[in-house]
Amino acid sequence: MDAISETHAISPQIGKAIPMKFVGLAVLLAALILAPRLVTDRSMMDWFILILMAAQVGVAWNIIGGYAGQVSLGHVVPYGIGAYSSTLLFLHLNLNPWLGAIIGGVIATLVAMPIGWSCFRLKGHYFAMATIAVAEVVQVIFTNWEFAGAAVGLSMPPKDHDWWMMNFSSKEPYYYIALGLLVFSLLVNLLIEKSFVGYYLRSIKDEPDAARSLGVNLACYKQVALMISSFLAALGGTLFAQYHLVIEPDSVLVIRISIDMALVAILGGVGTLWGPVLGAVVLISIREYTRIKFGGTGQGIDQIIYGLLILGIAVFYPTGIVGFFRSFCTARKVRKEANGGKA
Amino acid sequence: MSFESFLEALPQLLISGVLIGLVYALIAVGLTIIFGVMDIVNFAHGEFLMFGSYSAVLLFTGWAIDPLYSMPLTMAGLFVVGVLTYKIVISRIIDAPMLSQIFATFGLMILFRAIAQYLWSPTFRSAENTLSSGSVAMAGVQFGKPSAIAGIGAVLVTAAVYFFLNKTKTGIALEATAADKEAARLMGIDSEKMFALAWGIGAACSGVAGALLATSYSVFPNFGETFILIAFVIVNLGGFGSVAGAFLAGLIVGLIEMISGFFFPQFKLAIVLLLFLAVLMFRPQGLMGKSVS
Repeated sequence: MDAISETHAISPQIGKAIPMKFVGLAVLLAALILAPRLVTDRSMMDWFILILMAAQVGVAWNIIGGYAGQVSLGHVVPYGIGAYSSTLLFLHLNLNPWLGAIIGGVIATLVAMPIGWSCFRLKGHYFAMATIAVAEVVQVIFTNWEFAGAAVGLSMPPKDHDWWMMNFSSKEPYYYIALGLLVFSLLVNLLIEKSFVGYYLRSIKDEPDAARSLGVNLACYKQVALMISSFLAALGGTLFAQYHLVIEPDSVLVIRISIDMALVAILGGVGTLWGPVLGAVVLISIREYTRIKFGGTGQGIDQIIYGLLILGIAVFYPTGIVGFFRSFCTARKVRKEANGGKA
Repeated sequence: MSFESFLEALPQLLISGVLIGLVYALIAVGLTIIFGVMDIVNFAHGEFLMFGSYSAVLLFTGWAIDPLYSMPLTMAGLFVVGVLTYKIVISRIIDAPMLSQIFATFGLMILFRAIAQYLWSPTFRSAENTLSSGSVAMAGVQFGKPSAIAGIGAVLVTAAVYFFLNKTKTGIALEATAADKEAARLMGIDSEKMFALAWGIGAACSGVAGALLATSYSVFPNFGETFILIAFVIVNLGGFGSVAGAFLAGLIVGLIEMISGFFFPQFKLAIVLLLFLAVLMFRPQGLMGKSVS
């Protein structure tokens, strides 16, 4: 919702817009922090948490897939590595998941490096296909890896309220952790967007040859984007593991997770800061609603709606919600100026 | 697993590998035609296969039409589905960014699976006691008649498509559109028609492959999932857009899958994919693809 006020605010005068933007953000953040106090319904909380988690991994994907334009469909790999690392470290060394998350993030980043190094030479479809292949190979490895619980996966003992072990019986703490992680990811994204790295990434996406001729080291910046993106996705993986306390190859290493990460970003607007957040709000809400309304019948009606939704977005709104509002605002501005010119 | 037992099983593995490879090739040929003509990767391709299998199984269980006889019907039906898919969805995203194209066909995939689940429920269905049931022996090797017929049928259809593309006027026009859309348009080729044709043929190939597989596999809404990844690998390996490449790559993948499956059954897909990645690293354009600058 915030991006609407943001885009509205930008259009008239930049000088006035900045404070308004901050006020809007502060109000939104306050509302989000207070939300669990007002909402006590568990399924409602679950829905909020799902949105926050989907938004966070969407933001992570957006750094490499949106800003740098490298359509990775293998982002489930760092996600899964994050989930498995923290869980295995907890089960074998009783390490607390906060530390586990960071170690998982580092491992995921290290794994992403050689994958990126070899796949970035491929372009377009070849790159997307190669990342799918990598993800499938990783899934097969984990499905057959006894230490990682093979096909059955791993489960952690349930505990009540333990911040140190990131393990809670109530939903509220998870909500705050997910919110914190999302804010952190957005800040990282903002930092990239505002720094020279962001400009380089966009130049890689839009004019790779021109960027190269101006001396931008394409491979280096793609690699940096991939590493940051993988680290954030791995943190999301750990949160998923802690939230569900059970992980298996079918839940944290399936291609569908990669697709969902990309989907929220596309729905909201690829390569924009708020795109994945807006996309997650809309996509998860519709999906959860249809799942609850029609999912129980087993007739696949929820899936029909979900499929039509994806199709509709891809065909009619390729620039996503943010792009839709931007063109809407531009049109309004143009109309205003035209009217002003007449008067 | 001793080497002797491997040698003993080798003829069996080679024959099964070639037979399944031929069916893989047919699936990949459909995919590669669509890609070659319009640079779109069709994620819903496995669903055309699934529809083909359902068509064969339902016509058999409902009206007792043998899958072999219903094949022309399946082919025609899927051709129509392919053309409609192009007309309704794909024609709108031809000039869209790659990301939208990927997600449009991905949305189609989910939609098709959901439609199948809605119409035919998630239960597994199979065609038993068809004309192609039983087994045959060749060179002292016993193997299932369904897989033999599937392999032979796949070769015939692939050959027909190859002949169509290289010897008929329409086929050459299609190839010309694939090679250079603008030049073809200047020569008076209606590219819109060619795109629709490519989707029709692509879906029909996949549908026939599905019908051929229906006698040895059970069908369910996510049936296409099993084959789509392999088809992608084959298309990549053979070079996007190359029918001959897809045929060759199909055989290679079928053989590798069977032989690696003998030693490490649970890793056969991973081995195929690793091989694919290795080829991609050294020949990004695939075995027989045009090199990209």
